[in-house]
Amino acid sequence: MSTRKRPLSFYLLAGLTTVFLVYVYAPMACLYILSFQGPEGGMSFPMVGWSTHWFQTLFSGEGQGLGDVPGAFQRSIRLAACTAVLTLVISVTAGLAYRRKFPGSGAVFYAAIASMVLPGIFVGFGIALMFNLLGWQVNWFTSGIGAQLTWTLPFGLLIMFIVLGRFRSSYEEAAVDLGASASQRFRWVILPIILPGVIGIAMAGLTSSYEETARTSLNVGMGNTMPMEVMGLLNAAATPVLFAIGTLTTLISFSLIILSLVVMTQLAKRRSMRTNA
Amino acid sequence: MTLALKTETPPPAPAKPRQVTQSHRFDAELVAVTKRYGPGAPAVDNISLRIPRGSYCCLLGPSGCGKSTTLRMLAGHEEVSDGAILIHDQEITHAPPVARGTSMMFQDYALFPHLSALDNVAFSLKVQGVARGERRARAKEYLELVQMDHLAERLPSQMSGGQQQRVALARSLITRPKVLLLDEPLSALDPFLRIRMRAELKRIQKELGISFIHVTHSQDEALALADLVVVMNNAVIMQAGAAREVYETPSNAFVARFLGGHNVVQRAGGGEASVRADQCVIGARPGLRSLPGTVSMIEYQGTAVRVSVTGTDGEELTALMPTGAFFNDALELGQSVRLSWDPADEHPLG
Repeated sequence: MSTRKRPLSFYLLAGLTTVFLVYVYAPMACLYILSFQGPEGGMSFPMVGWSTHWFQTLFSGEGQGLGDVPGAFQRSIRLAACTAVLTLVISVTAGLAYRRKFPGSGAVFYAAIASMVLPGIFVGFGIALMFNLLGWQVNWFTSGIGAQLTWTLPFGLLIMFIVLGRFRSSYEEAAVDLGASASQRFRWVILPIILPGVIGIAMAGLTSSYEETARTSLNVGMGNTMPMEVMGLLNAAATPVLFAIGTLTTLISFSLIILSLVVMTQLAKRRSMRTNA
Repeated sequence: MTLALKTETPPPAPAKPRQVTQSHRFDAELVAVTKRYGPGAPAVDNISLRIPRGSYCCLLGPSGCGKSTTLRMLAGHEEVSDGAILIHDQEITHAPPVARGTSMMFQDYALFPHLSALDNVAFSLKVQGVARGERRARAKEYLELVQMDHLAERLPSQMSGGQQQRVALARSLITRPKVLLLDEPLSALDPFLRIRMRAELKRIQKELGISFIHVTHSQDEALALADLVVVMNNAVIMQAGAAREVYETPSNAFVARFLGGHNVVQRAGGGEASVRADQCVIGARPGLRSLPGTVSMIEYQGTAVRVSVTGTDGEELTALMPTGAFFNDALELGQSVRLSWDPADEHPLG
């Protein structure tokens, strides 16, 4: 077989892709390296020795440029967990409702999706303003979660539509034919088949909640969330602790992704293991 | 992995799969059933049909003729707009699928992808709350009936199309249906397997003694399987009858053309008639009627040769000639010929 010569456009596009990938990952690599800066080192190269000093500072919770990171982290995780669970439950149930058309289904769908393109800062401002007008106190548990849901729900719903789009309706008809009630159909047929997508919705909810600021900042009430805290630290006296935060955050994100992939492959494996008996 | 069929002796049927019921006249009956999806022509238009006990019934027709909709109405997966449906003389027009005594085998089999063959078959028992040990034992019996017990622990994705179909059949039969509904069950199989599976379907139907209603667009399939062939077109039944009756005495031009192997010609006294292609010959003979035309296609089919002749008005006529007769006087494409038949073989169409 003769090797076909690739056209010039291949090399141009490959070059462009490389440049883009370097642009994405090189700054992050710098950040990871700088987080191991020596105790005397500053916010930029050169490295003044290597150490885990800034990680120790972060974990000890004391020292310059640390602010209230542990508190902010705790608040963010708490918020993200609640938002992820709500996103999951609402997206899955709403998605299931869309298996059949209902009056106004189109309008509801577009209204839900349109909030993706609304400018986040103004959505957040609007919610805070409304709470103020009603004389309610903004609070992470009420306005905070609400504001974040305006951001995570459209994504969850879209993922759910994709998941159900690939779900053959004959599975459910077959289950009906075999006498399964609505709840049996959901537990024994629909949920097991769409489970990977459902895990995906929870992950998307978790990560997009964790890094959201535009809608969140005015609505969480007392205490900063992580992105707000980091912004504050950047503006104040910054130390390489920030880089340590960045490295840790990346580590946690990747661990979460790997964990969910492992869970999904384990699920698939367990099925085929069971069947090769 | 080959599909090894144990053809020696059919396995014993599960204990009493036959439905014991008080005497009823028909296994299934459609009374003036209509399905409308909106304004415009209905998908099924006022059809009535009676399916005698223990029949293998094929709903045959081109795509969009309403045969699948009819089946889905029988199954309860489609609402009936007008008319009534009876199973074993009981009206079940608006009953939920599980209360009808029907079970449906889907065209794509719809086996649950996360469950093994055994768990798929046992699903309806699990739904009823049958204990695990018992439902697995009973599911195993039905897998034996379709000769799939050796692959009980396989997932659908680890089975071939033919194997999946057997499992789907077992999953339907374990509900002990009074009538089994099959939506184009053989269309996803390769031609070789299709012929094997259809023999298997017929065997199982005979063994269980229940009625099968089988939707197909294949004439061969319908003629080979059915006790009752129901030819549909444009939302109505064109003809219903025994396979031989429908094939030999089509009641209209559509049925004659759709079943194939027929020429539709004008009768001497006016009106149309059908003549079987294997009763037509090429060349004028005394005492035979004939039409002029040119040879437009020659197909060698092993036992016979199929010669298509395009008539002067552009109509297509076919003669199915024995191989010997054809090669004694081989024809060429484009040759001017006459296609002849005995007027006694004409079957007048309504």
